[in-house]
Amino acid sequence: MAEAATELLTTADGRPLKAALAAAQSRAKRRAFLLVLPLLLFVFLTFLVPIGYMLKRSVEHDGFAASAPALDVWFAQNPGFDPANPPEEAFAALVQDLARMQTEKTTGIAGARINYTVPGTISLFKKAAREAADLVPPYKEALVAVDPGWARPALWRAMASASTVYTTEFYKVASDRKLTDDGWARGGDKERIYLYLFVKTFLISGLITLICLVLAFPIAHLLATLPLAKSSLLMILVLLPFWTSLLVRTTAWIALLQEQGIVNDLLVGLGVIGDDGRLTMMYNMTGTIVAMTHVLLPFMILPLYSVMRVIPPSYARAARSLGATSWTTFRRVYLPQTLPGIAAGSLLVFILAVGYYITPALVGGADGQLISNLIAFHMSKSNWSLAAAIAAMLLAAILVLYWLYDQLIGIDRLKLG
Amino acid sequence: MTVEPRNDAFVAFEHVQKSYDGVTLVVKDLNLSIAKGEFLTMLGPSGSGKTTCLMMLAGFETATHGEIKLDGVNINTVPPHKRGIGMVFQNYALFPHMTVGENLAFPLEVRGLGKAEREAKIKRALDMVQMGSFASRRPAQLSGGQQQRIALARALVFDPKLVLMDEPLGALDKQLREHMQFEIKHLHDSLGITVVYVTHDQGEALTMSDRVAVFNDGRIQQLAPPADLYERPENSFVAQFIGENNKLFGTIEELAGDKALVRLTTGELIDATAVNAKEKGGKTLVSIRPERVEFKPEMMPAGAHTIDAEVVEIIYMGDILRAVLKVAGSDGFVMKMRNTLGQTRLAPGQKIKVGWHPQDARALDP
Repeated sequence: MAEAATELLTTADGRPLKAALAAAQSRAKRRAFLLVLPLLLFVFLTFLVPIGYMLKRSVEHDGFAASAPALDVWFAQNPGFDPANPPEEAFAALVQDLARMQTEKTTGIAGARINYTVPGTISLFKKAAREAADLVPPYKEALVAVDPGWARPALWRAMASASTVYTTEFYKVASDRKLTDDGWARGGDKERIYLYLFVKTFLISGLITLICLVLAFPIAHLLATLPLAKSSLLMILVLLPFWTSLLVRTTAWIALLQEQGIVNDLLVGLGVIGDDGRLTMMYNMTGTIVAMTHVLLPFMILPLYSVMRVIPPSYARAARSLGATSWTTFRRVYLPQTLPGIAAGSLLVFILAVGYYITPALVGGADGQLISNLIAFHMSKSNWSLAAAIAAMLLAAILVLYWLYDQLIGIDRLKLG
Repeated sequence: MTVEPRNDAFVAFEHVQKSYDGVTLVVKDLNLSIAKGEFLTMLGPSGSGKTTCLMMLAGFETATHGEIKLDGVNINTVPPHKRGIGMVFQNYALFPHMTVGENLAFPLEVRGLGKAEREAKIKRALDMVQMGSFASRRPAQLSGGQQQRIALARALVFDPKLVLMDEPLGALDKQLREHMQFEIKHLHDSLGITVVYVTHDQGEALTMSDRVAVFNDGRIQQLAPPADLYERPENSFVAQFIGENNKLFGTIEELAGDKALVRLTTGELIDATAVNAKEKGGKTLVSIRPERVEFKPEMMPAGAHTIDAEVVEIIYMGDILRAVLKVAGSDGFVMKMRNTLGQTRLAPGQKIKVGWHPQDARALDP
């Protein structure tokens, strides 16, 4: 018997069974693949390609490298030069490139690239480029005469770094490091905005997730246990926000929560607070938390509901009949069974919250901004590479969270409804 | 019918009514007393109120009116977890996130029992259902029959005096169901517990119970030991619900004590026992079990009325032969004959005369 089992099985006409099986199924498999092909293409073109492009932008910028060929060559040949005292040949190459930038009108692009790491250098480049054609050797003295800034070691470090297309500079900036005359260093306390915003964004997202969970749990339970007619009505109420524009909903919160808004008017009218003590609930962190909780609540309710719906009421009854109080029944029997829903809802809300842009932008004021608002800010300033670097760090953080989730709970237990 | 609650009853329903919507009554004036150690089955079609009664006893539904007493104490307002009643559910309701051992430990933990005592009780309960080696499995890894045993063990592990079972064998296949019926009955006998069992399977009710309460339309139609229920149904619902049954419609022609002479709507005269049609000239439904129908004159009592019949079909069923007859104008009359060596073989189209002992034909409400 054991020998027969190891023998290669064949069909009646002698073909190997495995090959015959593959042949018999290949047509069905091809058809199935063709059916998913459009989706695969769509996902590839609209999701993977943009992300790949973003990641590429975060490490690539040729604004300076393409406009300064002479310096590129010189930096490549002298990797160990002293930024505090660059030799005359370096200045000569710089003047040659500046003149070229003037004729090719690339001063702005090149200057902006250096400006990302050493702020305030665009004007330096523009001024020098205008005069570059008239400069005579020794170029070092000539350039420093145009502007003493040309002798700054930080500037030379920046140009050396920018002379290659690929760079990690944007990640360094996004982690609150700055280029000083002595090289990269941590920024001062007041300059550390990126990591601060990262931490803040994650904390606020965690808080919003928690509030959503506390609010959504009873609603989802009601949805799952009410008679059909009532639960359908409740479901419509839950889904109603999905059918209204996000802008309308956010604006409604402005109407409710602003200083002359409905909530404050009501509190003043009831005498709870005085007219001069109106609460500031809008254009700050409170506004961001309230409005985002509202927007994200359905994303918590629906996964919870889908899990709770299939928990038979007999489990709770069994627990009660076995002698458990209603609290013990909830804690030891009901809650553990809703865990996949809690995990799925929390993951969904948290990831959505971390990347949320429009609500904090509208109601957050100066205090309620999140990391995505900073990404948008840099995009609006055409600093695509820095925006891409921050976004890539955000993506990495979320992937780490996702991995942690998989390790702790298991992604196969995720139930999204 | 009503049974006056006995004072020594372990479980007593007294004038219990239940309505879910305030418009209709699901349970109408239920009076039932269950003795200690009794195996009582609530049998009835779906919607007859039997499960509602069980849920009221367990504490998951409140009685709209009336009293439910356990061991002489009114438990209407006692929450389910303080009633100390074990319960086995139709879908087993084993907690899927706990192992078998944890499932059994649950009722002991909430009662604050120590670890050593818990483990001793769990082991005893698992051994009782022959599942001693399954403590570390998850319910999902067990077959339906195994899950049923665990559910049973969990309902018994905290030594309840009363165990409720809500169609516990409904999801099992026939063979396993019969085996588990035997085991539950055996556990009941050896532990001396009181069992209230709900089912819609009459076979299950007849084989397991000390007494069966037949429910219909929110009332107990008959409360009797299985043999009485089958042989002496008190009304036409019970007669038709339990077992196979031939129906003949007619009016009472003569009445002497409980001996009745019934004239069928087609004119023939038959003998019957008056059960709850006690008025001369009143309409009645006569019920006869197929195995009590005779076609050989020597098997009938002397002077018994016989009735013409025509064989429509003979169905061979192995141990019995089933004859479908045309009697009194309708051809749904069934007669069962034992498949013995000397049995007369009837053929379709054959004309015979059938009769019976008068006590086997029960004149019931129409």
